[in-house]
Amino acid sequence: MNNQPIIISASPHVHSSRTSKKLMYDVVIALIPAFLVSLYVFGISALIVTSIAVISCLVFEFLIQKYLLKTEITISDGSALITGILLAFNLPSNLPIWMIIVGSLVAIAVAKSSFGGLGFNIFNPALVGRVFLLISFPVQMTMWPTAVENNTAIADAVTGATPLEIIKEGLMYGETMTELTSKIPSNIDLFLGITGGSLGEMSAIALILGGLFLIIRKVITWHIPTIMLITIAIITGIFWLVNPEKNANPLIHILSGGVLLGAFFMATDLVTSPMTKKGMVIFAIGIGVITVVIRKFGAYPEGVSFAILIMNAFVPLINTYFKPRRFGSKIKSKIV
Amino acid sequence: MLKTFPKGGIHPHENKITSAKAIKKLPLPKTVYVPISQHIGIPSEIIVERKEKVSIGQVIAKSGGYVSSNIHSPVAGTVTKLDKLIDSSGYKKQCIVIRTDFKDQSNFEIIDTPLQTEIKLSETEILQHITDYGIVGLGGATFPSHVKLNIKKDKIIDYLIINGVECEPYLTADHRLMLEKAEEIIVGIEILMFALHIDKIIIGIENNKKNAIDNFKKLTTNNNKIKVAALKIKYPQGSEKQLVKSLLKREVPKNGLPLDVGVIVHNVGTIFAIYEAVQYNKPLIERVVTVTGKKVKNPSNFWVKIGTPVKDLIDEVGGLPEDTRKIINGGPMMGKAIKNTDVPITKGTSGILVISEDEAERKRSKNCIRCGQCVFVCPMGLEPHLLMNLTEKRMYEKAFNEDIMTCIECGSCSYVCPSHRPLLDYIRFGKSIIKKLETDKN
Repeated sequence: MNNQPIIISASPHVHSSRTSKKLMYDVVIALIPAFLVSLYVFGISALIVTSIAVISCLVFEFLIQKYLLKTEITISDGSALITGILLAFNLPSNLPIWMIIVGSLVAIAVAKSSFGGLGFNIFNPALVGRVFLLISFPVQMTMWPTAVENNTAIADAVTGATPLEIIKEGLMYGETMTELTSKIPSNIDLFLGITGGSLGEMSAIALILGGLFLIIRKVITWHIPTIMLITIAIITGIFWLVNPEKNANPLIHILSGGVLLGAFFMATDLVTSPMTKKGMVIFAIGIGVITVVIRKFGAYPEGVSFAILIMNAFVPLINTYFKPRRFGSKIKSKIV
Repeated sequence: MLKTFPKGGIHPHENKITSAKAIKKLPLPKTVYVPISQHIGIPSEIIVERKEKVSIGQVIAKSGGYVSSNIHSPVAGTVTKLDKLIDSSGYKKQCIVIRTDFKDQSNFEIIDTPLQTEIKLSETEILQHITDYGIVGLGGATFPSHVKLNIKKDKIIDYLIINGVECEPYLTADHRLMLEKAEEIIVGIEILMFALHIDKIIIGIENNKKNAIDNFKKLTTNNNKIKVAALKIKYPQGSEKQLVKSLLKREVPKNGLPLDVGVIVHNVGTIFAIYEAVQYNKPLIERVVTVTGKKVKNPSNFWVKIGTPVKDLIDEVGGLPEDTRKIINGGPMMGKAIKNTDVPITKGTSGILVISEDEAERKRSKNCIRCGQCVFVCPMGLEPHLLMNLTEKRMYEKAFNEDIMTCIECGSCSYVCPSHRPLLDYIRFGKSIIKKLETDKN
């Protein structure tokens, strides 16, 4: 034996090789397909928006930890990186750069650091940044560049409405779904991501791929995404069956807007989602219901962000009331 | 479908390096250090004096109460000291030090004794032998066996479960015993069937010991009372409550015992010790110990006399590797780190694990990211992150209400935590404080 002292510590003496850093970087990997699609659809501007968001998130986290809180610098843990990417994915690709920076500041400083940093925030930081921008700059935040193939220009991008906006406005002015269907991209285009909208939310296939990767790697469980999608499908399905001319079908609801991005990447954020499986089910149902209510009856065409943030607020309550069943608490087995 | 328990559990690397190595006899130790509290319960009372000559198997400390056990001399020799020495718990405990007399070791060469199938004793005599010969649970908890077997009249027991799960990584003591002493174990089971009037027996073995499963199946083909069940490889499958749930779908109530659902669980090692005590009047003076570690030169399984210092075992496997940083008494999930190799083997020592530099140190604890992994893996349905927080904030009453006392300390939560939080350490601390508060109140 060498001169190093023997270590005495309590059991267990072995540890799983998974670390929170690895979990975070798995999420980053899962976001790559959606990012590639956004590059294809929006060109270089997608790269610019994402880089600005990521860099400003990392810089703000660094500055706050170094000069304001004077704590350990943890920017390499991957959490600020994810916040940056997710924030970018929730923005139009032609948003002015300074707005992206403001959004990042709100996400990191207000939504994360002021609550105590990683693990202590109640609301999803990227969504807080996004919603802050949406409320503060509604015009710029809803000017979507339409999908133009090989579009490399940033400023001259043609802007137009998202499928959900077309439907919402159309229905308000008395058009029927049959008329509106011709105005929105086909289901195939929605599935592949050839449509207008936020940077990372368009391509269903890329998001599903990323989501499956996370489930296979056991970073997230299937509960939240599946239950949330089923809830949305059921409620919009009921509306659609009652009056197919006044309501979009469930497939359009799921494929367009932020549902898939929300279901796989935003609602499943480890920090801000419930910690028990029962709780996750309640949480996902809540998000589904609120999303449909906002889409159907609210002023905004899209409601996923708000739905997730509202349910985030309920997570501590859900964690308190939906506990795992304690072993031996109720004796099911008969005693002979 | 392999049987298992429904909620929680983990699957650490098995690392059963020694599973193909036959149990060797460790040479007689020069000196043995026998602690007088090797079991759960009241320490035994020393009945020998310094300089007294003792023979092998002689009682040297007698049971100190009902939940206690006799302790016998593992060797023939002379008592040289009665002293307080550090044992595997890390505390100084009263020990009887005996210098071996190499000339006189005639009795109890049990390992080579022929199989004795005929049960000659009566029920009460069997229980008396188990009490007298210091049999305790050899699975690790070292609960005196006679207490477990003394069933009150109002309890009805219909199942005896034999625990051959050995879910701790690295350890293979039970595995080897099941391969080499299977027939004796069957006789041991028959002894208990006879003494307790139970005719439904299940031997539960984890599926990574297929040869042991096959072996028992072969031996019990004509016996419709003993069943052999293969269990899914999942830690902590060997925990009593989880095992009963897996095999019989019966759930031991909170703070209850398997007895409450009509089941008695015994480890295979204990069954073998009972066989020896009943058939050969042999007290519990030796047991199988696995000495292992990734860098250990010649990891092995040994028959070891109780009281042998760990040093002797380490020497036998080729000494401590250069970069040893941790020595564990037991397995990696629940074993205790020991300070040096002077610590003696006790009735509860199932293995000695040597861990080298790269795996010895814990990583720094980071913020909880609320991923819920600890909740998913807890086999008892607890919320380790919450219990740790409550203990940290000294909210013991709240922790008590969140069932902190039902924690079985399996360590799955600490194992899985991606932020390396010391969950189990805080839970243990909380439990000890609550225990103290409760005794203070009474």
